[in-house]
Amino acid sequence: MDCAAIRMIWIRDITRHFRDKVRLLGSISRPVMWLLIMGTGLKASFHVPGVSYPHFIFPGIIAMNLIFAAMISTISIIWDREFGFLREILVAPIPRSSIVIGKALSGSTVAFIEGLFVMAFAPLIKINISVAQLSLLLPFMFLIAFVCTSLGIVIAARMTSFEGFGVISNFIIMPMFFLSGAVFPLDNLPPWVNCIVLINPLTYGVDLLRWATLGIQTFPLMIDFLFLIIFASVMLLIGIFEFSKRD
Amino acid sequence: MNEITISVKNLSKHFSGVRAVDGISFDVKKGELFGFLGPNGAGKTTTINILCTLMVPTSGRADVNGFNVTDSPTDVRKSIGIIFQDPSLDERLTAYENLNFHGMIYHITSRRRKTRIDEVLNMVGLCPKRDSVVRTFSGGMKRRLEIARGLMHSPKILFLDEPTTGLDPQTRQYIWDYILNLARKEKITVFLTTHYMDEAEICQRVGIMDHGKIVDLDTPDSLKNKYNVSSLNEVFLNVTGRGIREEEANGKESLGTFFRARQKLR
Repeated sequence: MDCAAIRMIWIRDITRHFRDKVRLLGSISRPVMWLLIMGTGLKASFHVPGVSYPHFIFPGIIAMNLIFAAMISTISIIWDREFGFLREILVAPIPRSSIVIGKALSGSTVAFIEGLFVMAFAPLIKINISVAQLSLLLPFMFLIAFVCTSLGIVIAARMTSFEGFGVISNFIIMPMFFLSGAVFPLDNLPPWVNCIVLINPLTYGVDLLRWATLGIQTFPLMIDFLFLIIFASVMLLIGIFEFSKRD
Repeated sequence: MNEITISVKNLSKHFSGVRAVDGISFDVKKGELFGFLGPNGAGKTTTINILCTLMVPTSGRADVNGFNVTDSPTDVRKSIGIIFQDPSLDERLTAYENLNFHGMIYHITSRRRKTRIDEVLNMVGLCPKRDSVVRTFSGGMKRRLEIARGLMHSPKILFLDEPTTGLDPQTRQYIWDYILNLARKEKITVFLTTHYMDEAEICQRVGIMDHGKIVDLDTPDSLKNKYNVSSLNEVFLNVTGRGIREEEANGKESLGTFFRARQKLR
């Protein structure tokens, strides 16, 4: 483990991120759109017992901002490859695992911050979040951001073009988001869809967030944690393997 | 001193049946200024990529500063500095940030980094641009910054892959004076590839590569005597022929060029 290298990658990615004002705008407008437009528009179509629809999707919107921001942050890997900076990192005397961990941490941090933007909308839809809830919610958000970033790294490590990454990530982000219970309850689904739901890490992430904000849960907390941690570990290992390959 | 810093034996690299490097052998001595010439696609960059541990050889072996490139890549990486053919700066960061981050991943202490950054910026004449974002730099300034970065961690061996391509004569001259001065003062071994014969002329020894093989290797004067011509340019054309070469850019490279071009338009 090389802390200097992890720190360098982290600081660099964060510096770059906050220099890009357009991306910040995107991360704020996304939750507004979903929460206000979809939250009111779909209210009539879905009935969730015991909770209002805007409240129901609130944790889902946090998860959405987390997964979008996490995936987008890993584009920096493709960017670095195209513009040569990746070689500067690859010829440096640092372990490949530190490169991957640095990337995973910087991406999670960015995604975590974008997840926080959604929290600002809580008063608007009249959700009260206590300090105790917040102290659970924040680490959960970081964990989910980390899981999504590590998945993004594995995809980006194999991609050689921006277009390819766009296609693949949309192909993954959309089903992951919709089949996670973020926007509609997941009962009465056909068995094959249910399979996807159960292997989708975001399902467990949304479950954690919904438990922390609304006290509703589908799975035992232990299962949520185990699934997320195992998933992230496997992704990191694949990522390190991908980065260790030399032509 | 006849100590050998780079030793290459029967080195080959195949890409899906194409022999980019085909059983080459050579040694570079410590403190030597060694030039690699060859038409486009001759295998020069592939050789450099193997020597700086970005690629593993298909067969044969290469040692840099006494470390094997396949078995101990980290030790090789600690010993070398490299200026790539294509730009590899982070254009959204400032000159200072580029150098500072480089220092971090080469484990230079933060106090040493501060003084060293000023030193190397001074060497390449970029002190006034210390806090400017690299995107605003001209091609020559970017090149100079890359050279400064390659020297940040005081490497024992400096690889330069076509360091002066696309630069104006003034910048070329400046960079060359600087490289020569450095090689003399700090006893750095310099391994470079170039298309400019006047640059090759300055090297102590020159290897000419074509179709993945080293076709000749000697001092510039001996080469001229051998082929009984007055310039290295004639030696080069004698050895490699006059046909024009096509270098095949892979998809990745052409996309990179496209995005770079698009960025410039903005």
